[in-house]
Amino acid sequence: MTITITNIKRIGSDQTESVTIENGTIKGWNLPAEGETIDGQGGTVAPAFTELHAHLREPGQTEKEDLSSGLAAAAAGGYGTVVSMPNTSPVVDDPAIVRSLIQKAQGLGFARLRPAAALTRGQQGEALAELTYLKEAGAAMFTDDGRTNENARTLRLGLETAASLGMVVSVHAEDASLRADGVMNEGAVSEALGLPGNPAAAEAARVARDIEIVAGLHAQGRPARLHIQHLSTARALDLVREAKKRGLSVTCEVCPHHLTLTDEALRSFDAIYKVAPPLRTQADAEHLLEGLRDGSVDCLATDHAPHTRAEKERDLLEAPSGIAYIELAFPLMYTRFGESLGLERIIELMTTAPARVMGWPEPSLEAGAPADLVVLDLETERTVEPATFRSKAKFTPWAGESLKGWPLLTVVDGKVAYRRV
Amino acid sequence: MSAATTTTSARPRHLLDFTEWSPERLNAILDNADTMLQVLDRPVKKVPALQGMTVCTAFFESSTRTRTSFELAARRMSADVMTFAAGASSASKGESLRDTVEVLTQYKVDAYIVRHHAAGAAHLVARYSGKPVINAGDGRRAHPTQALLDAYTIRQEFGSLEGKTVAILGDVRHSRVARSNAELLPKLGAKVVLCGPATLLPAELGTLPGVTLTSDPQAAVRGAHAVMALRLQQERMGGGFLGSLQEYADTYQVNEGLMQEAESGAIVLHPGPMNRDVEISHEAADGPRSRILKQVENGQAIRMSVLYHLLVGRE
Repeated sequence: MTITITNIKRIGSDQTESVTIENGTIKGWNLPAEGETIDGQGGTVAPAFTELHAHLREPGQTEKEDLSSGLAAAAAGGYGTVVSMPNTSPVVDDPAIVRSLIQKAQGLGFARLRPAAALTRGQQGEALAELTYLKEAGAAMFTDDGRTNENARTLRLGLETAASLGMVVSVHAEDASLRADGVMNEGAVSEALGLPGNPAAAEAARVARDIEIVAGLHAQGRPARLHIQHLSTARALDLVREAKKRGLSVTCEVCPHHLTLTDEALRSFDAIYKVAPPLRTQADAEHLLEGLRDGSVDCLATDHAPHTRAEKERDLLEAPSGIAYIELAFPLMYTRFGESLGLERIIELMTTAPARVMGWPEPSLEAGAPADLVVLDLETERTVEPATFRSKAKFTPWAGESLKGWPLLTVVDGKVAYRRV
Repeated sequence: MSAATTTTSARPRHLLDFTEWSPERLNAILDNADTMLQVLDRPVKKVPALQGMTVCTAFFESSTRTRTSFELAARRMSADVMTFAAGASSASKGESLRDTVEVLTQYKVDAYIVRHHAAGAAHLVARYSGKPVINAGDGRRAHPTQALLDAYTIRQEFGSLEGKTVAILGDVRHSRVARSNAELLPKLGAKVVLCGPATLLPAELGTLPGVTLTSDPQAAVRGAHAVMALRLQQERMGGGFLGSLQEYADTYQVNEGLMQEAESGAIVLHPGPMNRDVEISHEAADGPRSRILKQVENGQAIRMSVLYHLLVGRE
């Protein structure tokens, strides 16, 4: 199968070019057009994005999302690869489930699925899952996300095992006993609203513990790789900075919603703003943004967490946590932070950076590289209309906002996974 | 916008908290309660103000006193009252709050009185109902009619709230009454001192205008014109906040001894229900300074006044 995309600019260049893709590989640039020709409408081409943290809800919670809707949404957001979280029903702790998810996703033609598997059986945090078999089945990483790893010894054993397999363990770093019944950031807003707060220390304390576990293994010559998910507080980021200085394999991701929203949004009492970890303060958001600039934050991830509308229309105590916006992540980041971070850094945080975290080959647009790419319209402003989302979760905090940077075309494995051209 | 900086004189559509309420509007509610008290003293305790209207009490959290007070208030204004007792949680049956409200809307209700265990639930009802909503207590967030009746009771005693000091002692952290009073009383010119064990006294509440915090009960009560004891809400605590009830009672109980620190004419308040001899002594609850039963009577007048203000007295 051959495609030629014309009228595109490579990121960092003003020159209009064309790229030819053949059998899943970039054949070359500015060759005579072959096969299907697609007009890229002057868009900017970059490697397709990689999402390390998405909840696709299959198996078992397909009323919220399924592989088809979730991976279609990802492709519409410019993603070529998605790591799905294993806190489904049943939990992805069985090699057969990993295989079946990969097999099903392959037939869909949207973004590529790389399922994460549970670190512990049933994500119960006590007994390790069969990590060797899960890796063989195709699991991309191990995580008990959706839950916090309260049992430090089990996490340590998991990190040791994963390290021996060359795999990353990612963690939802939050001390559940400090979080207690908190549903939003603990602070002036939570007290004014009378809502139980989740203190910043719940995250920092857990990050500190997990770093010390890695440090202990590192000292024994076991370089375990810990990835901290959806970092939300300034203090926790400082701890990660210190860990990096110590030479530990500790990486972290930050989500656009923690950069663009604060706990003030909860004054609406709208559960659409209920996320875990919670929206923090403006100072936290600015600190995280600085971390993206200086490299102490490794990559962006969305924590795409779809729920049904009815669930999110419950009160703040009962509504589940999570926002689903994988289709908006790049336009949101580019519109809000295009000037302060720069286009190239944002793209890096969504392409090369997540690949580095995982130890995967770095994406490339050079001839011979896998043909995973996205064409972005950096000029046209469009209003966010949730009704048009591919995701089943057709609501978002940014509904009605005008954003630019929308994907025009996403190619995965040499095939068109999404196109608006 | 914070409550303290809100100066709008527009007539609010709902009573969810006091954010949108100006001091003038709040004083109008209190003034009108005088008239309502006179109605309650008549042989026929009924006026036709809300005739033909239907008021729905939607209580998602159990309550007897507040609901009774509201229902009587509505009936004394000649409204029809529809009682919706949702039990512990309609969500446990899978229905969202929005769905519940949209069903109730089909009954052509003119106003909703909402109690819910979750902060902000009354705001959600207001968003979906299209009709005036009175918050009858939402989680730890707000209980505005309770604060209004507290303010009214203090004003009844001293003629004005201007320059008065109100000490509120107890489980501040879990108290919607404390939050609503901390929002309302400074708007009406009073100072509020919140007092309790450090674990039950969120530091952030001390940033509200006109509000100070202390864990020293003697200091809190010193010079106070009104002293309010709050119930220890053990059902909301989940343990760990206190060493023991005895330790708490020995330190923070509102009793005759503590009241010696207050102004000579100081009164004792309690939003009820009381844990006698825990947060308040028998003697303080029943003594000459107590206005606890007066609060109950005033509550009905205040609720009549609020209903009138939201449903009839619109410009």
